[in-house]
Amino acid sequence: MLLIHCPYCDEPRPEIEFGYAGEAHIARPINPDDLSDAEWETYLFVRTNARGRHFERWRHVHGCGRFFNAVRDTVTDTFERTYKAGVARPGEADSWTGDTGGIV
Amino acid sequence: MSAFRLPGRGRIDVARPVAFRFDGKAMTGAAGDTLASALLANGVHLVGRSFKYHRPRGLLGAGVEEPNALMGVDRGPGRHTANVRATTIELHDDLTVETQNRWPSLGFDLGAATNLLSPLFPAGFYNKTFMWPRSAWETLYEPAIRRMAGLGKAPHAIDPDRYTARHDFVDLLIVGAGRAGIEAALAASASGERVMLIDEQPELGGKLLANPARWDWLAGALTRLDDAGVVCLSRTTAIGLYHDGFVGAVERLTDHLPPATATGPRERLHRIRAARIVLATGAIERPLVFADNDRPGVMLASAARTYLHRYGVAVGKRVALMVTHDSGYQVAFDLAEAGIGIAAIVDSRPDLDPSLKARASDLGLELIPHAVVIGTHGAKAVTGITLAPLGSRQVRKIACDALLMAGGWTPTVHLWSHGKGKLGWDEALGAFVPEGEMDRVTCTGACAGAIDPGHGVHAEALWSPRDPASFKAFVDLQNDVTARDIRLAVREGFRSIEHIKRYTTNGMATDQGKTSNLNGLQVAAGALGNTAPQVGLTTFRPPYTPTTFGALAGSAKDALFQPTRKTVIDSWAHAQGAVFENVAQWRRARYFPRASEDMDAAVARECRAVRTGVGMFDASTLGKIEVVGPDAAEFLNRMYTNPWKALAPGRCRYGLLLGEDGFIRDDGVAARLADDRFHVTTTTGGAARVLGMMEDYLQTEWPDLDVWLTSTTEQYAVIALQGPRARDVIAPHVEGVDLSPEALPHMAYAEGRICGVPMRLFRVSFTGELGFEVNVPAGHGLAVWEALWAEGQRHGITAYGTETMHVLRAEKGYIIVGQDSDGTLTPDDAGIGWAVGKKKLDFVGRRSLARPDMLLPDRKQLVGLLTDDPHYVLEEGAQIVDVPNAPVPVPMIGHVTSSYHSPTLGRSIALAVVAGGRARIGETLFVPMADKTHRVTVSEPLFYDREGARLDG
Amino acid sequence: MTRFSAATLLAKAIGHHKGWPAQWPDAAPKPSYDAVIVGAGGHGLGAAYYLAKKHGITNVAVIDKGWLGGGNTGRNTTIIRSNYLYDESAFLYDHAVKLWDGLSQELNYNVMYSKRGVLMLAHNVHDVQSFKRHIHSNRLNGVDNEWLTAEEAQAYCPPLSIDPNARHPVLGAALQRRGGTARHDSVAWGYARGAAALGVDIIQNCAVTGIRRGADGAVEGVETERGFIATRKIGVSAAGNSSVLMDMAGLRFPLESFPLQALVSEPVKPFFPCVVMSNTVHAYMSQSDKGELVIGAGTDAYVSYSQRGALHIVEHTLAAICEIFPVVRRMRMLRNWGGIVDVTPDRSPILGKTPVKGLYVNCGWGTGGFKATPGAADLLAWTIAKDEPHPINAPFNLDRFRSGRLIDEAAAAAVAH
Repeated sequence: MLLIHCPYCDEPRPEIEFGYAGEAHIARPINPDDLSDAEWETYLFVRTNARGRHFERWRHVHGCGRFFNAVRDTVTDTFERTYKAGVARPGEADSWTGDTGGIV
Repeated sequence: MSAFRLPGRGRIDVARPVAFRFDGKAMTGAAGDTLASALLANGVHLVGRSFKYHRPRGLLGAGVEEPNALMGVDRGPGRHTANVRATTIELHDDLTVETQNRWPSLGFDLGAATNLLSPLFPAGFYNKTFMWPRSAWETLYEPAIRRMAGLGKAPHAIDPDRYTARHDFVDLLIVGAGRAGIEAALAASASGERVMLIDEQPELGGKLLANPARWDWLAGALTRLDDAGVVCLSRTTAIGLYHDGFVGAVERLTDHLPPATATGPRERLHRIRAARIVLATGAIERPLVFADNDRPGVMLASAARTYLHRYGVAVGKRVALMVTHDSGYQVAFDLAEAGIGIAAIVDSRPDLDPSLKARASDLGLELIPHAVVIGTHGAKAVTGITLAPLGSRQVRKIACDALLMAGGWTPTVHLWSHGKGKLGWDEALGAFVPEGEMDRVTCTGACAGAIDPGHGVHAEALWSPRDPASFKAFVDLQNDVTARDIRLAVREGFRSIEHIKRYTTNGMATDQGKTSNLNGLQVAAGALGNTAPQVGLTTFRPPYTPTTFGALAGSAKDALFQPTRKTVIDSWAHAQGAVFENVAQWRRARYFPRASEDMDAAVARECRAVRTGVGMFDASTLGKIEVVGPDAAEFLNRMYTNPWKALAPGRCRYGLLLGEDGFIRDDGVAARLADDRFHVTTTTGGAARVLGMMEDYLQTEWPDLDVWLTSTTEQYAVIALQGPRARDVIAPHVEGVDLSPEALPHMAYAEGRICGVPMRLFRVSFTGELGFEVNVPAGHGLAVWEALWAEGQRHGITAYGTETMHVLRAEKGYIIVGQDSDGTLTPDDAGIGWAVGKKKLDFVGRRSLARPDMLLPDRKQLVGLLTDDPHYVLEEGAQIVDVPNAPVPVPMIGHVTSSYHSPTLGRSIALAVVAGGRARIGETLFVPMADKTHRVTVSEPLFYDREGARLDG
Repeated sequence: MTRFSAATLLAKAIGHHKGWPAQWPDAAPKPSYDAVIVGAGGHGLGAAYYLAKKHGITNVAVIDKGWLGGGNTGRNTTIIRSNYLYDESAFLYDHAVKLWDGLSQELNYNVMYSKRGVLMLAHNVHDVQSFKRHIHSNRLNGVDNEWLTAEEAQAYCPPLSIDPNARHPVLGAALQRRGGTARHDSVAWGYARGAAALGVDIIQNCAVTGIRRGADGAVEGVETERGFIATRKIGVSAAGNSSVLMDMAGLRFPLESFPLQALVSEPVKPFFPCVVMSNTVHAYMSQSDKGELVIGAGTDAYVSYSQRGALHIVEHTLAAICEIFPVVRRMRMLRNWGGIVDVTPDRSPILGKTPVKGLYVNCGWGTGGFKATPGAADLLAWTIAKDEPHPINAPFNLDRFRSGRLIDEAAAAAVAH
């Protein structure tokens, strides 16, 4: 069972308090009508499914209820960091200095 | 005292005899014995039959590595446990055990005939045979194989024992309370950290328990740990190492007690989260691979030492040793000092440690270097061995009643491996040891490869002058895998250890290869002409030792399996004799039978009551979400298909929610309470999902919206009053609301009081009749229900359940999301395209409705169906065709989603989805059942009160 | 190829079984092939077998980053059935079931396909409606599936509890008698042996590191750890790693990979005669010929390639198993492991062509790929050989995610109201 650092509660909590919410940083298009069917398909269904560094969303369902983002290695299941929703997508692991909202 | 019990030795209480039954025979052991030590003390070596060949087997080890001595333990009705190792069964009064996999008896087992036919059963034989004739696999071969297979008895009665669980949070968890684990605990105990030390054995100490010289130190150390507040758990097995410092462990609480005195839970699952973990899981001695190495009496040397020092039992009176590792010598010395005869020490190595030689000489032991055992003798117990100098055919026989093997040590790296820790090959040990680092976890002691004393060589099978393909040298004793099976697998092209394991089943028995994995690897490497690390290591899987299902299922059984959600009116319905059904997590009253009524009769009566008088329905399970804030209307506008901004406070609207894929997810009525406040209802099963979906959009897509969402499902009891006389029932109890149709028309909302408590009143109907849904604080729900029930008696009020609700709404063509829709219907498909705001530029799912497939004319659309035979009720789920009696595969154009006898109409009605259905209204279609094809006419999905006049009553 | 039979076994026994040849040679890569299959599981090996057997394309390599059969083929709970709702799915899976029947003889390798029946339990009114819908649809599609009352279900599977007071009482069950199990490893080995005998190269421990495309966009070959292999046709059958391989060709796919766990008990004498599945309670169980209870656990919630899952998933699974079969509470779990399953948005597979010429894909089987093994293999071979999908797999194209023509069996069984 993973241990996940909620950036809002600012503490590590067990996975069963959380719900996984899919890949992160897939913004809903502002005006969906402007998208072609293929672009809409990409928004709806196409996922990076990265083997390695994966940007993903979690929700602290049985806690503060907030959605937040995480970077996790899908090969080791190790969290690199979690950060609050709305924070820009971090770059490479060692170069990123954004607002962490808590380091795992 | 038996002939094999050694006075003055062991940690057991020989003064307290313990009576037990072994295969029906009464025997006596001593307090502190395991079943294994007690059997040895009684001179019993034959303890089981092997899986495939039914060969007689004896004890190999003294701990969880034991592959042979598997017992059925009977602790009373429902309390039979199969496949329990005799080495882990603590002796207690009334212990009743039976050996397994033999018939008619352990001594005379007809299954042993398979041993004679064993040339026909090499590894993988079943892949090569039993294919002709084709039908015989299921009728003949497989049933025969199944009967032969299996080990212990199949379960047949329900286990009455309880199992429990707890969470532990510690700074340091140490797994294994041998010397290394205890030292780690001592080192940490002064730090003030929360330290937990767990060990699978009944006593802490690990191998120290077989080393009397260290007993004083052990006792002192345990006292110091106790004083320091270290939590020490014995009989507790760490079954698996999981993510982020999580360890599952099972503590056995009662199996060591006589059944009559055992109280409380049988086992406890510990879910341990540890900041740091030290694995001090020790090492297991390795057997040696040579012809007939499976004869009872052939044991691990370390086991003999354990039986000697811990249990005061001699494994034989004249013991031979076959060693390839120095550690065997200490065992020989200890046995000799205890007065046990040593037949010989055979060592495969030419050059021996001078100090060991000297000591052997001092004790007068015969030492035979550079030689190997090439066979054993005896029927059901070893009576002698044959040995030969390496490379020589000059064999020699030696009589003995036990043969001890010292083949070196295998670090117990299972947990490290569970955690995906890397393993490296240690040439000196001839074994894999932990390598690299792991977050939170370190290894210490023998588990880390720090094994003493001495050196050894680690060959594959021992050399033999005979053709290795001509004899059975066992690698996996429990699964009857021999060295030649492994060589056969290699010959047949199975080159990876993972393939070899699966082809031969080496290491896949209930001991999970604790004594066979490395030997199997060495044999395979030899056959491949490769080094062991090149051939690889099979992955260790949790659990470390077999783990009771019940311990993992815990208290989640019966009513606690999943909580049943009940409304505040449930008790009333129960008292009225309601028949219930499960809907999502809720239990709901399905109908309220009177006297001898069946469901159809009760539903007919309930339906008539609603259509002609008044019915009362507990709608409390509907999901309720309070949507509050300046942007509440904007938020709902974006979520739901409908327009919300123009909805006036005091008005309700049917809301339809799609997924972003355009398919119907949920629906419900929402009322605007105020400019900035909505009371949104959802389906019973959809409440949590809808709230989660709303939160997702609100928090992550539209954080700019100023809206708060609150689940109020359980805050309100909802009482639906439906029928022409509904108003009459509530009117006397309502304060502060004008109930007149003008002031409170259909789809209006008002707040006031009922029966003196606050009320949210919805003028809504899911029946097509005049209807009210009374929402009151849940704590008052039952009282208000009972007051309205009493009031309603004058009006012939009738309680109705979900089944009547279904019939009434079907008569009106109202869909139930999840029954009439199935996750593949759009609003237009479901005939509720009117609920989609045509002027809205966006809402969740809107873009998907413009995809090519959503616009096809042959999409399945909701329609009504009327059978030619008005008394025949179509089966829900029945398929619809337009050409009767077509050959298989029959093209299907839709299916029946809802179907009932309508008491109101006096005939059957059905809702269905049919391809291009709305264009087929009036057409005849067919519903082919197994016995008969039924003709149906397609109709509007609306059967009653087409104008909706009754809603306005 | 040495023919397998009882007679051969007897003959070889006289020679201490020294006369058995390798079931398949461990091939080294050649510079080029007519077709390369990536992924040596049952699906990929089977595709190579059928390419050679049915389409005469024998200059074929199957390459895998590990050992053949080491992925989901060797990690699943071996359930075989075809009682799917939609025509497309029913035809797809029944195509497989028809091939399962006779596969041992076809391959001359006993894959131990056992039609012991698959029971699917209905626990509430919604389940009953859903299962009846399946049964009627299956009957008209020629797929066997029948309704059993709770008592009949218990008669078919005696350890089943039909206590009406259970938290999720059994209201009945759908039974597919042709459903059952097979021995998973044997399927991979049997196809490997069969394919190798027809000239297919099986190249193990050779990870694909890239897919080379020409100026026209068509595939030219695969880059591997052991060098470049030229080919005009690449069939990817890599389950959980499909996204990684598609990415090498510049394609992003509607796939996510999740951990799926399974477990077995210690072996006991036979008492559990069939396969039982309960979607409502989330439990799947059968008893292997060796005597172990084989139990499917749930997927962990998050994308992962780690092949390990969490204990709480196993706890929930065993609670569910003990709820439906209370007599197994004292049985003991022997082994628990994880696989990686690739899941599409509609949880149906993608089997067909891709936008890249010469690149064919077979993925997205989620938790249900084993049962489809011979069918998927046969259809992938057809698609590669003809450069067009067979009518059975044509609906399982990639376009459906754009057009909206999804094949969503799970949604059709959706729980609501």
